[in-house]
Amino acid sequence: MNETAAKVDAKCRPMTRAEMAARVARDIPEGWYVNLGIGAPLQVADYVPPEREVIFHSENGVLGMGPAPAAEEINRWLINAGKQYVTLREGGAYMHHADSFGLIRGGHLDLCVLGAFQVAENGDIANWSISDNDSAPAVGGAMDLAVGARRVWVLMEHQTKSGESRLVRRCTYPLTALGVVKRVYTNLAVLDVTPDGFAVRDMVDGLTLDALQKVTDAPVRPPMR
Amino acid sequence: MINKIVQTMAEAMAGIGDGAVVLLGGFGSIGQPNALIDGLIEHGAKDLTVVSNNAGVGRISLARLLELGRVRKIICSYPRSVDPVVFEELYRAGKIELEIVPQGTLAERMRAAGAGIPAFFTATAVGTKLAAGKERRDIGGRQYLLEEALAGDVALIEAWEADRWGNLTYRSSARNFNPVMAMAATLTIAQAQHIVDLGALDPERIATPGIYVNRVLHVPYGEPTVT
Repeated sequence: MNETAAKVDAKCRPMTRAEMAARVARDIPEGWYVNLGIGAPLQVADYVPPEREVIFHSENGVLGMGPAPAAEEINRWLINAGKQYVTLREGGAYMHHADSFGLIRGGHLDLCVLGAFQVAENGDIANWSISDNDSAPAVGGAMDLAVGARRVWVLMEHQTKSGESRLVRRCTYPLTALGVVKRVYTNLAVLDVTPDGFAVRDMVDGLTLDALQKVTDAPVRPPMR
Repeated sequence: MINKIVQTMAEAMAGIGDGAVVLLGGFGSIGQPNALIDGLIEHGAKDLTVVSNNAGVGRISLARLLELGRVRKIICSYPRSVDPVVFEELYRAGKIELEIVPQGTLAERMRAAGAGIPAFFTATAVGTKLAAGKERRDIGGRQYLLEEALAGDVALIEAWEADRWGNLTYRSSARNFNPVMAMAATLTIAQAQHIVDLGALDPERIATPGIYVNRVLHVPYGEPTVT
């Protein structure tokens, strides 16, 4: 634990939640159909400029979800999967739950961005339960999204609050899905999941690969060219 | 003349027996048939198996049904909420059985029941602890789990508009599980905010055709106040 709990290099500043969301948004091209997991990933939508048409899906049956409404414009029948009031963009559509998960399971989403507790170097993800003795486990749509979307990206802090690496050789928390994660966005770096493990795409300014490795349980490799 | 519209809650609930499998529409509180759930509480059926995406909020509606000890087992995907106190107390005390099902698998198991498909394969949950006891098969090089259809004795659902044939429309994301559950139960009971004349609903807008609906109760309660 001592090694993975090491402090990040003092010369670099980890990204804030907002900066992490903006970093993910930068990589989403126009035309993609995207589901954002509840929690931190939902913030990604705020950083996709409106002139770049990205169509957001919410698994409770909303395709073409827009931002939160002004207080006086709330439609009380229109919520997202996080049970927050949202809006429907022009061109948006509603569907029932079986169709909504049909489009997920059927591979029609270009991308799903999920939060996670752990991602392993083989692409396994653990994001729904922190213990096998959970008092009342709650999975929601996480397992369907993880296996159904064409790409799964994970947005999470690089380390836990106690300093343990969330990028691991093998997940120790209960698994959500096997080998599905393609890319991880943390507050320190963006890493691709490759057949050879985690490969760094980019890092925050001032961070070195050695310093990143010190706070990462799984091996990290330089960018593959 | 066909007329599925009933005038009283007692008529709506007639025949729901102890031990019934009851499908409850809604995602959180949106599209949840709260008046019918209160009617079910009044009706008194017990030893129920409830299928619902969530497990109730606060001490009203579904949470109250649980608190009164009427539910033996709940099948849901996400028993957490901002205030899941009743469910958590019962679960910790071992007074309710919980079957956790991934949300899409839950919806598809009911759709399958309504469509005459006894089981289907899905990649969801392969390799996780929710795969325990399920048949696993390789199809075309990918692993899948066999999931069985989930039928209800009764479905309680919420609609926006209804006519006397039981044709239904929904409002925004309040559609959610309601059309799927309407297909999957032997007895489907809908509460609707608006009752309209036969022929008044645009056929292009009917999301649940009346063939799936047995009874309709007019419940014009206005706007939902919680999510």
